[in-house]
Amino acid sequence: MATQSSRIAARIMVAPSVILLFVWMIVPLAMTVWFSFRLYRLLSPDRTGWVGMRNYTWFLNSPDFWLAISNTLLLVGGVLAITIIFGVLIALLLDQPVWGQGPLRILVISPFFVMPPVAASIWENLFMHPQNGMFASLALGLGYQPVLFMEDYPMASVIFIVAWEWLPFATLILLTALQSLSSEQIEAAEIDGAGPFNRFRYIVLPHLTRAITVVVLIQTIFLLGIFGEIFTTTQGGPGSASTTLPYMIYKQAVIAKDIGRAAAGGIIAVILANIVAYFLMRGIGKHLDA
Amino acid sequence: MGKITLKQVRKSFGDVAVIPGIDLDIDEGEFVVFVGPSGCGKSTLLRLIAGLEDTTGGVIEIDGKDATQLPPAKRGLAMVFQSYALYPHMSVRKNIAFPLKMAGLPVAEQEKRVANAARILNLTSYLDRRPGQLSGGQRQRVAIGRAIVREPAAFLFDEPLSNLDAALRVSMRQEITELHQTLKTTMIYVTHDQVEAMTMADKIVVLNAGRIEQVGSPLELYHHPANLFVAGFIGSPKMNLIDGAEAAKHGAVTIGIRPEHITVQDGGPWQGVVGLSEHLGSDTFLRVQVDGVGMLTVRAGGEITLRHGDAVALAPQLDKLHRFGTDGKALA
Repeated sequence: MATQSSRIAARIMVAPSVILLFVWMIVPLAMTVWFSFRLYRLLSPDRTGWVGMRNYTWFLNSPDFWLAISNTLLLVGGVLAITIIFGVLIALLLDQPVWGQGPLRILVISPFFVMPPVAASIWENLFMHPQNGMFASLALGLGYQPVLFMEDYPMASVIFIVAWEWLPFATLILLTALQSLSSEQIEAAEIDGAGPFNRFRYIVLPHLTRAITVVVLIQTIFLLGIFGEIFTTTQGGPGSASTTLPYMIYKQAVIAKDIGRAAAGGIIAVILANIVAYFLMRGIGKHLDA
Repeated sequence: MGKITLKQVRKSFGDVAVIPGIDLDIDEGEFVVFVGPSGCGKSTLLRLIAGLEDTTGGVIEIDGKDATQLPPAKRGLAMVFQSYALYPHMSVRKNIAFPLKMAGLPVAEQEKRVANAARILNLTSYLDRRPGQLSGGQRQRVAIGRAIVREPAAFLFDEPLSNLDAALRVSMRQEITELHQTLKTTMIYVTHDQVEAMTMADKIVVLNAGRIEQVGSPLELYHHPANLFVAGFIGSPKMNLIDGAEAAKHGAVTIGIRPEHITVQDGGPWQGVVGLSEHLGSDTFLRVQVDGVGMLTVRAGGEITLRHGDAVALAPQLDKLHRFGTDGKALA
């Protein structure tokens, strides 16, 4: 990249992929914006036209909207908290020299390989089901009434299932970060009189901030769009108790067949994601600089 | 404060005995250097004293008290690591204050001691920087600062200068020696560099394959090496070791003579041909192939004009000859 001509050549070479990616991004976005201002219902295809902001106002005035927003944030925050706290603890355990370390690590990572709807079905039907589930028979065996997870604690159940799926990812990233910590630093802290807790607090945790930042950023991107787990388990219910923004959009698009309103919801979701990203980058983005 | 005694200290990793059993006394205020080739167990020995490794057997006493089972923090020793092991996310000030903070000292006392250490080590203007913003020599000083604020019974240095360039190494060597003269605290220093050992030590411990070959002051080791290993290890360039018929003439299996104890002299008993002459300005080191003796290194004056292929006669100073027996030990 030294000379003028090599710089120009480089720009020409990367141009096709940049243009392709730009088109890939801008066309769906433009279409969504377009539809969000139009009357476009699949059940009455003959009625079309501009509706101004009405799709947006409907969405914002919908009784489910603020519930969906708070559920979305609850899902993101809850899963992040669980995966990071337990991810750090499991990574600390896996970093110890134990017999069968290799297979153990693969076992810990394996939930990540299970497809989200499959994982959700397994948890719903084999563990949390009030008649067939393992938790139900445990409760009955101990003389308690089975807990109706999907009915009484729908959001908590969804958060738990999603956290189970994402825990391996967090563990893996944090474990690799932990392995890059020089043992001399730990030994120096040991000589300096730091006990196990202080070594974790002052040496290990600061070393992990960068990895934790990466986990938070990547997981937030994926968690804002969680859909399959809710679709296979609670269907957003009971009522709207576990409806998130993506699920609400799905309901408008596929169940109510109102593309205009769903598009407006989509644009709101894009704005929400940008607000979250802004605060994330302001809050923790500085940890990404070396 | 600062007397360390090792009694039959042993260390094995699995079936491999790294240190088969060492007895050593380190007196208060001494600067002791452990020197030896790579893998001789000198770092392991230091880590045993620090408490970073468990001993397999034997007793480590610090100031007369058995410290063998004590955790590192309770031994009252401070260590400077080869990689410095600074805490990268803390400022220099916090790095130096860390052991004091862990000890729960009042903040005012912490600040006083950090300021004092920074003054001694010329770090005052760097206190608010991170280790990543410092040069190698400055990092080294921060690591030393972190050690001195604790006012330890003894300092342990694990090859602290091996990551520095040659010029900086010489100046840090002097700084550490001066620090020892100021603080008068016991220091144990591990290195594979015999120049560091010679210039810094009050007492050198030469280690080989986990055993102590010889303990003594630098000049004692230089003038009276106890065996072939020490004779070959201490001194640069190395002592010439000659065996065969020439050694038998002196009633030994091997004889050794240092390069400065051979003179270029017409009519000398050893006739040879110069292979290589290294002109350093002050000195010239000649590599001379002598018939029936072998390749010898000879130190000559800086003005000598001998070149590759020139014939030369050499005369050893017989009173400076070292004689070694079949077991490699020096003969009286």
